[in-house]
Parts: sequence; C-alpha cells; structure tokens
Amino acid sequence: MSEEKRVGIVLVSHSAQVAAAVAELAKGLAGGAPEVPVAPAGGTDGGGLGTSAELICAAAASVDRGAGVAVLTDLGSAVLTVKALLAEGDELPDGARLVDAPFLEGAVAAVVTAATGADLDAVEAAAAEAYGYRKV
Amino acid sequence: MLDADFFRRWMAATAASVDREAERLTQLDSPIGDADHGSNLHRGFAAVMAALETEAPDTPGAVLVLAGRQLISTVGGASGPLYGTLLRRTGKALGEAAEVGVEQFAAALRDGVEGVKKLGGAVAGDKTMIDALEPAVNALGDGFAAARQAAEQGAEATIPLQARKGRASYLGERSIGHQDPGATSSALLIAGLEAAAEG
Repeated sequence: MSEEKRVGIVLVSHSAQVAAAVAELAKGLAGGAPEVPVAPAGGTDGGGLGTSAELICAAAASVDRGAGVAVLTDLGSAVLTVKALLAEGDELPDGARLVDAPFLEGAVAAVVTAATGADLDAVEAAAAEAYGYRKV
Repeated sequence: MLDADFFRRWMAATAASVDREAERLTQLDSPIGDADHGSNLHRGFAAVMAALETEAPDTPGAVLVLAGRQLISTVGGASGPLYGTLLRRTGKALGEAAEVGVEQFAAALRDGVEGVKKLGGAVAGDKTMIDALEPAVNALGDGFAAARQAAEQGAEATIPLQARKGRASYLGERSIGHQDPGATSSALLIAGLEAAAEG
C-alpha cells in the first residue's frame, strides 16, 4: 500500500481533551507515526462533555485517504452515535467502521498497525486484540 | 388517517412537553445519570422544530426521518441516537405515503422500537426507554390515550428495577428506587401523540 493510503483513525470521546490526548499519545507511542491520519472528535460542538455527530463526521472526512477509517469510541453516546451514523449510510466515508476496542489501548494498537501500511481489517484486529492485554 | 400535519403536531407537542419538563428530566437524571437529559432533549427538539420549519417535509415519513436526523446530530447524549433511530426507522417504515392509518403507524413504530433495541442492546426490564415504548406500542391498537397510559405506567414501573444499560448500570443496586429518565421522556413522546390527535 502506498504511503498516502494509510487507514485513517478517528477517536471519539465524551471529552475533547481526552480525545486529543489519546490521539497524541497513540501517535507518540507509534514513533510519531506522522503518516497515519488520526483525528480526535471529542465533546460536544459547544465544548461540553458529550458526543457531536458533526465533529465525528468532520473528523472521519479529514482522515479518509481511501483505505478505510477505523473509528474508536469511549462510552455510551459515543458508541451509539457512531452506530447511528453508520446506519444512516451517507454520513461517514465509505469504508468507515466502528472498531470494538478499548479506547486508549485500542488507539495505540490501531495507530501502530496503521503506520505499517496494514489494511483496515488488520488495524481493526490489532485494536480489538487490546482487550486481551491483562494487567494483573 | 394521519397526515404530515399530524406528525408535525406530534413533534411540536413533544417539543413543548420536553421544554416544560426539562428540569424534571434532568432531576431524574441526576442520581443515576449525568444530569443532562432534560437539557439535551430540549436542545434536540428545538433543532427538530427549526428544521421542520425550514425544510417543510410533506409526508409523515419525511417528517419523522428529518426529526430523527436532527436528534442524532444535536442531542449530544445517548438519547440522541436512540430517539433519532426510533423516529427515523419509524419514518422509513412509513415510506412515502401522504397519509397513513393508525395500524400502519403502529407497525412502523414497532419497527422503530426494534431499531432502538438493536442499537442500544436493551430489552424490557433493563430500566430504559424500552420499558415505556414497548408497552405503548402494544397498546396503540386501543388508541393514543391507551398508549399514553401504558407508557406512563411503564415509566413508573422502572422505579424498582436495577439498571442494566447505560451510565446508570454502573450503579448496580443503587440504581433501584429511581425512575428512569429515558422511560420518562419516552412517555412524554407517546403523550404527544394524544395531543397531536386532539389537534
């Protein structure tokens, strides 16, 4: 896969700060991974805690390079809003997918994997595998 | 028969009751949720009313699909995609008919409720909006007043339940003894049908 066709990654959190910080951390731990398009979509339009469909759609459009977009979410309305947007059909780019993964660990795994030029299936699998990392 | 005007009146009646009850919804959402249900729904239904005015959809299905889209886009909490899916699925099930019968509407609303159950993964007894919506759909054959009563009873019946979905589920047994805010707002939505029928 060519350099410009990395899988895009969208990080949806109830908090703008959490989404931005997780994006920064994931890119940092992936060695900067400058070529992986990662966009945070945190909080509501007004900067409050919650989920904004508009921010999610804008973030997904901004990271779409034609190789698919992996969307990772934190809780509740973040999950439900992405599912509802996907059901809508034309709101998110073709190849956008809600990835079932822990938010932080999944984001790191997804960015690291996407940086290798892996396809969307591989990025999704790596993010989902993060559920298996036991800490104790 | 129910025409686009009936469905506009339904949305207007719901927007008015959400406006009136916003504080109560938020109060119900304080002990077991994140205390934003009233303000979130208020923002959502205000957007629904604004969109209905500018876009003026002319079929029942189009009114509900547009309303659902607005709720998904503007609410900001889980009730947005859930109510949005309810209305959009119901609207899609109604198709492009200019008028629909009550039976056809009841079947479409049942589709909508199924969509909500699928999206949120909740079933009756989980202390969610389903506990008001499902009995309401089942009672709709007996008229809008019967549906309203069933929804109100369903909402009250969530008080002794333990939440198994959403933010309240983290509280475990401490969620017992509180009426579910989502079931309460669902009862307002269903009550809006009766108000719309009265004109």
